Amino acid sequence: MTRSLSVLLASLSLATFAGSAVAANYGQVLAERSAVSFVSKQMGVEVGGSFGKFDASLQFDPASPEQGRARLEIELASIDAGSKDANDEVVGKAWFNVKEHPRATFESTAVKALGGNRFEVTGQLTIKGRTRPATAPFTFREDGGNGVFEGEFTLKRLDFAIGEGMWSDVGVVADEVKVRFNVVAAAAR
Amino acid sequence: MTKDTRYTATAIALHWLMAVLLFGLFAVGVYMTELPLSPRKLQIYSWHKWAGVTAFVLVLVRLAWRAGHRPPPLPDGMSALERLGATAAHGLLYLLMLAIPLSGWLMSSAKGFQTVWFGVLPIPDLLGKNEFLGDLLQGAHVSLNYLLLLVVLVHAVAALKHHLVNRDDVLVRMLPAGTPRN
Repeated sequence: MTRSLSVLLASLSLATFAGSAVAANYGQVLAERSAVSFVSKQMGVEVGGSFGKFDASLQFDPASPEQGRARLEIELASIDAGSKDANDEVVGKAWFNVKEHPRATFESTAVKALGGNRFEVTGQLTIKGRTRPATAPFTFREDGGNGVFEGEFTLKRLDFAIGEGMWSDVGVVADEVKVRFNVVAAAAR
Repeated sequence: MTKDTRYTATAIALHWLMAVLLFGLFAVGVYMTELPLSPRKLQIYSWHKWAGVTAFVLVLVRLAWRAGHRPPPLPDGMSALERLGATAAHGLLYLLMLAIPLSGWLMSSAKGFQTVWFGVLPIPDLLGKNEFLGDLLQGAHVSLNYLLLLVVLVHAVAALKHHLVNRDDVLVRMLPAGTPRN
């Protein structure tokens, strides 16, 4: 599913970029080597988690980063929030409500170079039916013919109503959640 | 009763402070694990861990104090076996008071929740996250606690036996100065 989507996007992008002379254009996401994780704070203690299932598709040529784009769809039910209790809890209504909102999406609107191997992607983040702008700095490096994108940004969970009712007390579970992504993509030829 | 047959005021204070802490920690520990997941539960777990680390530090203080201030000798009337029993029980109490917070700390690490003393001082994780080890250490933490409860009961019954049957000063010398004596 992931592969077919990215292959499709990769071939589309080949057509799009065919005219421009690019050294390498990374577009085929290697899902099994990519990861989306997060760090929340409970009672002042950092607790890590991750998502097991997500679809990522992107187009990125380090020579013309502003042409880059990315789309990430996360299967929220695949969450590992740190413990079995937490996993059972966070798929529920007060948190992600995965029955009604099974996926979180990020759709880029702009990519800009920050100098060196550092870039910044801006886009729209949609979780639990709420869409907010989000900006994530990331680094890009080449690794054995693949492109590796690593970045981190902080979202405020209450902007997306993640943790309603008694859980909206940010003294216990902090509002800020660090989201980290590590996406590996093969060059589209 | 001469002065050196009593524990020092510091030793007495540490003993009773520890007693209160241990009973509190035990009761909270049993209560919190039964709670459904809620912010309150997360708070209580943190408080339990903070108090546990505090108890561990207090045990170290007690041991240091004890090293510099030997406890008063046991009463003359005790048999060799009774002396051995008393020494072994006290040794086991100290061992458990050290092992229980250590097992709790290791369990926390193995379950992926670092212990941060009073939410300020992070205690390093010796173990990485490991579900199997986490469950194993949880079993150890609980078992050691019930063993401690048992030894504390033996300790208390022995103290009462000294007081009521042997009619010696073993219990009284650990009571705060000024406590009415019969």
